[in-house]
Amino acid sequence: MNFVASIGLEVHVQLKTRSKMFCGCAVEFGAGPNEHTCPVCLGLPGALPVMNHEALRLTLLTGLMLDCEIAPLSKFDRKNYFYPDMPKNYQISQYDLPLCANGRVPLHERAYPSDARGKIDKSVPLARIHLEEDVAKSFHFETTTGIDFNRAGTPLMEIVTQPEIHSPDEAFAFLASLKQILIQGGVSDADMEKGQLRCDCNVSVRPKSRAELGAKIEIKNMNSISGVRRALAFELDRQVHLLERGEKLEQETRGWSDERGETFLMRTKESAHDYRYFPDPDLVPVKTDSLVAEVRSRVPELPAAKRARFVEQYQITDYDAAVLANDVDLARYFESAAQGATKPKQIANWILNDLQSALSAANKTINDCAIPPEALRELVGLIDSGRISGKQAKDVFADMFASGKSAGEVVRTKGIEQLSDTAALEKMCDEVITANPKPAADFKAGNAASLNFLTGQVMKLSKGKANPQLVGEILQRKLK
Amino acid sequence: MSPAELPGLTITGLRECLRTRDVSPREVIEALRTRIEDVDPTIGAYLSIDFDAALKEAEKVDVDLPLGGVPIAIKDLINVRGQLCTCGSKILANYRAPYDATVVQKLRSAGAIPLGKTNMDEFAMGSSTENSAFKLTRNPWDISRVPGGSSGGSAAAVAADLAFGSLGTDTGGSVREPAAMCGVVGLKPTYGRVSRFGVTAFASSLDQVGPFAKTVRDCALLASAIAGVDPQDSTTLPADVPDYSRNLDVDLTRVRIGVPKEYLIGEALDEHVRTAINAAVEKLQSLGVEIVMLSLPHTEYAIATYYIIATAEASANLARFDGVRYGQRAENAHDIFEHYTRTRGEGLGAEVKRRVILGTYVLSSGYYDAYYARAQKVRELIRGDFANAFEKVDAIVSPTTPDIAFKFGERSADPLKMYLADIFTNAANLTGICGISVPCGFAQVEDRQLPIGLQLLGKALDEQRILQIAHAYEQATDWHKIAAPLSARR
Ligand SMILES: [Zn+2]
Repeated sequence: MNFVASIGLEVHVQLKTRSKMFCGCAVEFGAGPNEHTCPVCLGLPGALPVMNHEALRLTLLTGLMLDCEIAPLSKFDRKNYFYPDMPKNYQISQYDLPLCANGRVPLHERAYPSDARGKIDKSVPLARIHLEEDVAKSFHFETTTGIDFNRAGTPLMEIVTQPEIHSPDEAFAFLASLKQILIQGGVSDADMEKGQLRCDCNVSVRPKSRAELGAKIEIKNMNSISGVRRALAFELDRQVHLLERGEKLEQETRGWSDERGETFLMRTKESAHDYRYFPDPDLVPVKTDSLVAEVRSRVPELPAAKRARFVEQYQITDYDAAVLANDVDLARYFESAAQGATKPKQIANWILNDLQSALSAANKTINDCAIPPEALRELVGLIDSGRISGKQAKDVFADMFASGKSAGEVVRTKGIEQLSDTAALEKMCDEVITANPKPAADFKAGNAASLNFLTGQVMKLSKGKANPQLVGEILQRKLK
Repeated sequence: MSPAELPGLTITGLRECLRTRDVSPREVIEALRTRIEDVDPTIGAYLSIDFDAALKEAEKVDVDLPLGGVPIAIKDLINVRGQLCTCGSKILANYRAPYDATVVQKLRSAGAIPLGKTNMDEFAMGSSTENSAFKLTRNPWDISRVPGGSSGGSAAAVAADLAFGSLGTDTGGSVREPAAMCGVVGLKPTYGRVSRFGVTAFASSLDQVGPFAKTVRDCALLASAIAGVDPQDSTTLPADVPDYSRNLDVDLTRVRIGVPKEYLIGEALDEHVRTAINAAVEKLQSLGVEIVMLSLPHTEYAIATYYIIATAEASANLARFDGVRYGQRAENAHDIFEHYTRTRGEGLGAEVKRRVILGTYVLSSGYYDAYYARAQKVRELIRGDFANAFEKVDAIVSPTTPDIAFKFGERSADPLKMYLADIFTNAANLTGICGISVPCGFAQVEDRQLPIGLQLLGKALDEQRILQIAHAYEQATDWHKIAAPLSARR
C-alpha cells in the first residue's frame, strides 16, 4: 500500500467504584430507571458535588500502570453544553490539567487477533488520561423520550492515545492489552459489550510520500474490540479507494453498523463546539501526592513482568508464558495449579491445549471451569508417577471436565489404573517372548523397532492396562 | 406581652420569653401570622409561607436550644424540604424542594423554625428585588422605595417585624446592601464559613449565606447557628465555630480600623451617606478605635472583575434550568433546541438573560483570556490589596452602599447604575473576607427617614472581630432603636 494510516483512539472506561463520582448514589447496573439518583446527580437546585477519592485513586493507578506522568494537583473544569442526558447542562471534566499525561500501553504478539499473530513488540503512546462524570442514558419511545439518570455522575476515565496506531490489528491489540491491564488493576471490568469500555476512533490516511496527516475522520458506535478492528479495516479501505480515485477527504463523523459491516456518514465537519471550559468553583483542587502513595501498593504485576517471571520461575516457553500472563484469570489458574507441582511445564501444556480447547468447545471461560487447579495438578501427578498413561489421562480429563470429579476418583471408578505390578508384568513379558521368538531374536540382534512390537503385544495381553514404560524396561532386561 | 407586641421583639428578647415559658412557640407563630396577614400585603416580603408546617414544628420544638422556637424567614433560593423554592423565577414557579439545605438543617438543630420564603431578585441577580418574577417588595421606611436586593424580602421582613431574623445570600452585597437600605444588621460571612449545600447557586465562588437581624447580638446568634464545615460542600472551611454572641462586649481601645481613601472620593457617594459615615468614624474614634487611612489601589477594577466572574459562573450554574427534569417547560416544542430556547426564553427574566449572555460571552473561545482569565488575575490583585491592608488594621470601614434606597423603576433602565450599588460590597466577595452592615443614621428625604448602613470588613474567619466592633458601635448609638414606620414597634 502506498498509504499510511494514522489512528488515534479515545477510550472511555467506567471505573469500578461503589458510589458515583460526586454523590453517594450506588454504581450498580440493572437497577430500575432512576433508582440510583439524588439531588446531586439529578442536578437539582442547590446540590453540590463532592469528590469520590476512589475514582481519583483508580485513575492515578491506571496512570501508574501505564507509565504516565502524574499531575501534582487534581483540578476539575466545567464543560458547557446543553443535552437532555446532562443533568446540569455542564459536565464536570478535566481540561488543561488531566490527572495523567503521556505514558504508553505495551502490545505483544498474543494481544493481536488470532489470525494476525507474529507482529513485533510495540507500545502505543498515550496523550492523556483524565477523569469525568458520565451522562445519563436516553431511551426513545414512539412519541416520547425517557431518561434514566442511574448512569449520570458515574466516574468515567478517558484515555486518549497519540495518533500512532497504524493498522486495525494494532488497534485491536491495543484495546485487548489495555483491557487486560484495566482488569488486572481492578480499575474496571472493561466489558465493551456492557458499555464499560467505549471507544471512538480517529482515522486519517496519507500517501507515504507526504508527511502531513490527512483529513481526520471519526468513527463511533463500535461495541466490541473486533468491531473496532472491522470498522477500521472498512474505513481505511474506503478512504484509500477515494484517495486513489483522486477524491478529497473531508473531516466528518461516521457511525459503524455491525450488521452491515460498514461505516456510514453521521455528520460532516461539525461546527467546532465551544465548550467554554472553566475551573469548577465547587471543587477545591486536591494535591495528588498522598493519593499516589496510597495506590502505589495497588499496582499489580503487569503482563510483561509476569511473562518474564513465568519463564524464569516455571521454566516454560516464552510463548506459553505470554499466553498465560496475558490473561489474568488464566494466569491465576496456572499459578495455583503449578503450586508445588514437579512439572509446571506439563501443567502449562494441559491448560493451553486440552483445557483451552475443552473450554472453547463448551463455550466456557476459565472462571467457570469444572476442574479446579488442584485437580489438574493431581492429574499431571498421576501421569508423572506412571499410575496412568498419557492416553488414559485424556479420558480421565474428559470425565473430570464433564463431571467435576477429582482425577483420583475418576481413575478409581473407571478402573483404569495402570498395571504396574512387576511380578504380573514379568509373567506377561515371558509369555509374549515365548510366543514371538522371531521379533525377540531380531531385537537381540540389534533391531530396536522390534521392541515396540513386543511392547504392543504385552499391552494387548493386559487389555491396555500395563504401564508401557515398565514393560519396555522388563523386555529389554529379559532380552539382553 | 400582648400578641401584637411580640413580633417587635429581638431574637434575644423572644428567647427570654420562650425560655421562661412566658409564651409558647405556637403563640409566637400565631402572633407572627396575624402580623404578616395584616402588614405583608403592603410590604410584599414573602413569596410563600407554610404556617401549618411551622405550627407542627412548634409543637415539638425544644425551647431550651439556642434558637428554640424562634421562627426564621428564608430567602427563596434556599431549599426547605417540602416547600416552594422559586428563586424569584417563573421557571421554578412551582418547584418544591425535596431536601433541606445545610443551613436549614443547622437552624432546625438549633431549635429555629423555618417560616416563610422571602422575595428576591430572580436568582439573586439585582440590587432592588425589582427583578423578582412575582412581586415587588416595598421598603418599610418608605413604600415607594426599593428594599435593596437581592435579599430584599429577607431584609424588609426583619425591618417590618414580619420576621425576628432571616437568611439571605450575599454574592456581591445582596445581604449587606438591603440590610443598609432597610436599617437592619446583615452579615456576609467569610467564603466557606457557611455551607452552600442546598442554596441555589448564582456565582459559586462568591455566594455565601448570611443572616439579617434587628441587632448585632441577634445576628451573632444566627451566624453561630449556621456556620461550620459541611462534608457536602467541599469549599467549606474546617475552622471551629465560636458562639459569637458570648464574646461581643469588648473594649475597642487598641483596635485599628482602616478607612480606604478610594471609598470616600467617589462622586457617586450620596451626601447624606458621606455625612453619616464621617460621623460614624468619629463615633468609633470616641470609643477608642484608632483610625488609619489606607489605600486599596485596585478598587476601581472591582465592579468589572466581579461582573465577569459572577456572570461566567452564573451562565453555567443556571444552565440546569431547562425544563427537562423539573421546573416550567414550554409546551409542544418540536425538537430539543426549540424546547430549550422557548423554555428558557419564557421562563427567565431580562436581567437573568442579560447576565447569562454576558457570562457565556466572557467564557467563549477567543474571549476567555481577555475577560475571564484576566478577571481572575485582577481578583488576585484585589486580594493582595486587602491582605496588605489587614497587616495594618483589624477592620476596614466604609459606607455599605453609595446611596440610600431609591424609588421603584428609578434605575431599571440603567443596569450599569444598578451595578454600582455593589461598589463597596463586592470586593469582600471577590476576596472571600467577611463583612457586616450595621445602621449608622438616616437621610431625611421628602419628610421620610431613610436608613444608612455602615460596612465593616474583616479578614477571613474574623467574624468575631467585626461583630464586636459593630456591637460596640450599635450600643453607643441609638439608630437600632428607631423603628421603621411599618414596624410593630411604632
Ligand atoms: Zn446521586
